[in-house]
Amino acid sequence: MDHSQQTHPSPPGTLQRYGSIAMALWRNSIVREMQFRMNFLLWIVVELCWFGLQLGFIAVIYQHTDQIMEWTRWQVIFLVGAAQFIQQVFTAMFLSNITQISELVRTGRLDFMLLMPVNTRFLLSFRQVDLGGFVNAASAVAVMIYAARQLEMSPSPIQVLGFLALCLVGVWIHCSLMFLLSIISFWTVRAEGIVWGYYNLFNLARVPDSAFRGTFRFFFSMILPVLLVANVPVRLMIGLLESPWQIVRLLVTAAACFVVSEAVWRKALRRYTSASS
Amino acid sequence: MALDLKLPGCNSGRDPQGFPHANLRMRTYLHVFQIGIQNALVYRMNFFIRSAFGLVPLLGTLYLWKAVYASKGGDAEVAGYALSTMISYYLIVTLVDTMTAVAEDDWQIAADIRDGRISQFLMKPIDYLRYRLCLFWAGRLVYVLSASVPIGTFLVLHYQDWDASTDPGTWLCFGFSILMTGLLQFFISYTMALLAFWVLEVSTFIFILYAFEYIAGGFMFPLDILPGWLHQAMMWTPFPYQMFFPVSVLLEQVQGEALVSGLAIQGTWVLLAYLLARRVWNAGIRHYSAVGG
Repeated sequence: MDHSQQTHPSPPGTLQRYGSIAMALWRNSIVREMQFRMNFLLWIVVELCWFGLQLGFIAVIYQHTDQIMEWTRWQVIFLVGAAQFIQQVFTAMFLSNITQISELVRTGRLDFMLLMPVNTRFLLSFRQVDLGGFVNAASAVAVMIYAARQLEMSPSPIQVLGFLALCLVGVWIHCSLMFLLSIISFWTVRAEGIVWGYYNLFNLARVPDSAFRGTFRFFFSMILPVLLVANVPVRLMIGLLESPWQIVRLLVTAAACFVVSEAVWRKALRRYTSASS
Repeated sequence: MALDLKLPGCNSGRDPQGFPHANLRMRTYLHVFQIGIQNALVYRMNFFIRSAFGLVPLLGTLYLWKAVYASKGGDAEVAGYALSTMISYYLIVTLVDTMTAVAEDDWQIAADIRDGRISQFLMKPIDYLRYRLCLFWAGRLVYVLSASVPIGTFLVLHYQDWDASTDPGTWLCFGFSILMTGLLQFFISYTMALLAFWVLEVSTFIFILYAFEYIAGGFMFPLDILPGWLHQAMMWTPFPYQMFFPVSVLLEQVQGEALVSGLAIQGTWVLLAYLLARRVWNAGIRHYSAVGG
């Protein structure tokens, strides 16, 4: 693929090597996607419809109230935008890759992945890219900017950077939880079931966290931290952060999710016996 | 494949026009129904998990509404809905959805067409629409049984907010309306899936339709909390009769004359959707070339 690497006398750095592998994989999938342009455009329309629906729901609710707990209309719109942004970046880069894992296991094609001289989890995560996801993420950014103007926000550069960084942490949480879901599917359900479960779960991300109470809130912020994914970065951005501990909690739960999913993944791999031969 | 019916007297059971007798036809579709149940039973665990996961966003919506009412304070109402009525609305939506939602049927129909598997139906004395309808009801039956534990538990946990009618007559109308809701959902999804005769990939179209059903059908919120003109406009589409109407029946928001005319309109939509499905099928068959048949 990359000739400069083959002529290199010393092996290239790990980061550089993984970077070039990711680029090659992405180039392939973009070429593939552009073969079905109409379909590509229609999927963007689908996502726009559903995004508009979520925004419409919020608009309808705020016809009847001025505030949901401490959240005002445009703050919640900003939250819905942020949740969509995180979800779409995740969709663009990882969703289809992770959902395909159970299929790779079922057909035994995982063998080839395991044999390649790269980290398997990396290869599984970066095989394809979904360009439409980036387009939809851009529409979410547009909504966030519009909401920010309505709120007359003037965030400091540090807030913006922090917001973006926390959004990436959100994508990371999506990855870990999705990985867990798909590993569970080794034993139980088919791929569509996982995607369905995923969408249901992350539906909660766009709801203001303070609406939740009791064990439900505890469970979805400490065990499966979907309630933190979008809420914490948005709180940082719009100045609703109750204490810096909320950020720490997001980071800690994100790390915990990753560790658990990695452990379960390794355990599952050890049980993996090829389907072929 | 599974349809290789070994019914005794299959050939001798035809009347002079070459159509099977009504009795035999009954038995054929009864058989299909049984096959449908057996097929669906394979996925009972899937159904169970699906229905349990489906409760997560429902809980999210209920919490959101509770927060809205709490923020408004006291015995607030939203467009005439007290909190318990609002919660009941969503509980009944869940109930109706469990019984009438089209789950895999549309994908399967589209796949049957795309992969040329419908060719065999064209040669057998069996009607594809009725065949799919039997499979649909069989699937729903198994789904309701598999989902009864999670959904039932959820309903019991919310019994304090259960605000639905206790009148047997209303329940009867509700049951009748649900039946038509199921048919309407099925015919519309069936027609959408038939687009596979013309386009290779129907899932985008189906998802766009889902979005419209979701908002205009009242899956997301009761339609009468919308501004009046928008609510009225939506009532002119078939979507409210896919969900909103039966739910308002059980909440006793539609009564007397409105109930009768509502049921009549729902029936009309069912009939229209059925006729459309037939027409589209006929047009599709003319267009069909058995790919990979």
